Amino acid sequence: MSVAPAPPGPGPAPALRRFADNLRRSPGRFRDAVMRSGAPRSDRSRSNFVFGSLFLHLHSVRVHRWSLRWSTTMGLGVITAAAFFLTLVTGILLMFYYKPYPDVAYLSMKDIHFVVPTGRFIRNIHRWAANLMVVGVFLHMARVFFTSAYRPPREFNWIIGMGLLAVTLGLSFTGYLLPWDQLAYWAITIGANIAQSPREVTDALHLTRTFDPGGLTKLLLLGSETVGEEALIRFYLLHVMILPLVLTLLLGVHMWRVRKDGGIVRPADADQRLEPLGHATYPVFTEAPQKTYHLAAVVPGRTPAVGNGPENTVPAMPHLFYAEAGAFMLTILICLVLALFIDAPLKELANPAVPENPAKAPWYFLGLQELVSFSAFMGGIGIPTIVLLGLGLIPFLERETDGTGEWFGGPGGVRTVLRSAAFGLGAVLAVEAFVIRFGWIRQWWPQVPQLVITAINPGTVLTLLYGLFSVALVKKYDSTRAGAVALFTCFLCGYVVLTIIGVYFRGPNWEFFWSPSQWPVH
Amino acid sequence: MTANAPASSKRSRLDSEPIPRRDFLGIAAVWSATATLLFATIGIAQLPRAAVLPSPSKKFRVTLPDGLAAGAAFVPPGRSVAILRDAGGIFAISTICTHLGCIVKQAEDGFHCPCHGSRFGPDGHVVRGPAPKPLAWLAVTHTGGNTFVIDEGKVVPPGTKVVV
Repeated sequence: MSVAPAPPGPGPAPALRRFADNLRRSPGRFRDAVMRSGAPRSDRSRSNFVFGSLFLHLHSVRVHRWSLRWSTTMGLGVITAAAFFLTLVTGILLMFYYKPYPDVAYLSMKDIHFVVPTGRFIRNIHRWAANLMVVGVFLHMARVFFTSAYRPPREFNWIIGMGLLAVTLGLSFTGYLLPWDQLAYWAITIGANIAQSPREVTDALHLTRTFDPGGLTKLLLLGSETVGEEALIRFYLLHVMILPLVLTLLLGVHMWRVRKDGGIVRPADADQRLEPLGHATYPVFTEAPQKTYHLAAVVPGRTPAVGNGPENTVPAMPHLFYAEAGAFMLTILICLVLALFIDAPLKELANPAVPENPAKAPWYFLGLQELVSFSAFMGGIGIPTIVLLGLGLIPFLERETDGTGEWFGGPGGVRTVLRSAAFGLGAVLAVEAFVIRFGWIRQWWPQVPQLVITAINPGTVLTLLYGLFSVALVKKYDSTRAGAVALFTCFLCGYVVLTIIGVYFRGPNWEFFWSPSQWPVH
Repeated sequence: MTANAPASSKRSRLDSEPIPRRDFLGIAAVWSATATLLFATIGIAQLPRAAVLPSPSKKFRVTLPDGLAAGAAFVPPGRSVAILRDAGGIFAISTICTHLGCIVKQAEDGFHCPCHGSRFGPDGHVVRGPAPKPLAWLAVTHTGGNTFVIDEGKVVPPGTKVVV
């Protein structure tokens, strides 16, 4: 740049004027620098903005209108992610006061409850957001399953989703110990002994001396033989560092794959079924579209219709972002209201000599606890492994294409689901009623070997019934999708019923009671 | 390797090519990195299992109360052991449930577990519920008078009693 000679007369020097001018324009220039492509004012600059931002480009630039319908996803994935975000923020706040050392931990929890301003409220939000996250993960999984969204090319994302489910449950479980109260201590003692329960089999086979995977797992989890300071530090580290990192990583891959796998699943005839775009809707490609972002909107496997532009898509900014912000606000609202009215529990200080009676795990594990009360190994490890394997194999064993993207799509439609639900509920209620009324093998033949009970117990019988029903539906409809629907629906029903029994109908000594008012008083 | 034109021209085309230096270095780097990661992983895997476990001593001395009735369990404070007396002598039964580690309580007909409803007879054998094994009998040593040493780390066959 050439330097002009100083203008005649009084007034600031040009360099100074340029300086003042630059200063005046700095905020705008800073904004442009942040946004990379200038302020997102037109469709084009908004698309560039989404595409060029590290965080926003997890979304595609344009999103199909089918994805934005309320009934497509019900926002469940976003709600779950938002709940995770809430636990992250509140969790970091709680770390200011929480001290992970036995007894001191309990005192710091009391501090958070009674001394720290807003401490109890923050903890309540943390707990409710964690609960909502667990519910959200399950509902989201059910949505994905019932709309057949696990089908190609989304098989891998279904597996990632299962990883997210496992890590979410792991986060809940490790967080449960941290208050170091009675509830925490005994739930974790039970959980750690479930990890040790392969001994149920190795003991029966006289193998434990040479081959003891159960004991090793428990030792690695607790760092000791009992739940103590080592266990607390390990659970704390898992809860605040390792598992959140793993979850964030998986979540990133999960969202990225949603975009790369072609967005939210939709029926093949989605375009015909959508109403025409309302004329009041924010303009779509009215502002001199350019070829470059036609290309950006290309989805693998689909060719944009020539001359039409990618029809029935709308810019992610603002349409998708508004929808996501709505789901986010809904999540915050639910958590805040629950946190205002219902406190997270804090019982008395952990006492290793006297268990809670009944000692109950967090509610989402009580279905498992019910199974564990039949056989520790089968209920705690065997059946969950079978279920996880079954879920993971669904997208590889079920390769049909009918009804993809439809709620309850597949042979028989919603009637298959209802029939499976009826069978699932009936079977679990019948098995439970039988056990509660008549007991199980050991009450009839006290000398029966443990391996028999491990193999034949109410949990395995129920799993077998569900498997047989699923095979029956595969034959009846000549469709693997029908079998998958049967299996998924049955296990969902079984899980819900067992959880309800565990939460509401089990009392001291894990006996059945119609209501807690009948519990014996000690 | 020095490039030697006449020597290389004599080589048969069936001889394998010598590895170029660049490739050799690259392959060496990949394999040494893999080996380093492998050994680091093995090293890290050693870490979570301490050589000495931070458990309190499992041996403890206990003085039984004078009027301990036959069949009534005496549980020393802070320990998960029931010490009983009967005509055969003194014996100790662990009160840690063999199912999932809850602490069983003595009842009229033996021991009840509060967590999942396991029940054990007076000698610790499983009567009902999910417990896979009977309650463990622990080593008892008489050290004179009413004083005994119990070793929670040493399991003895059921029926082992110390005659006082």
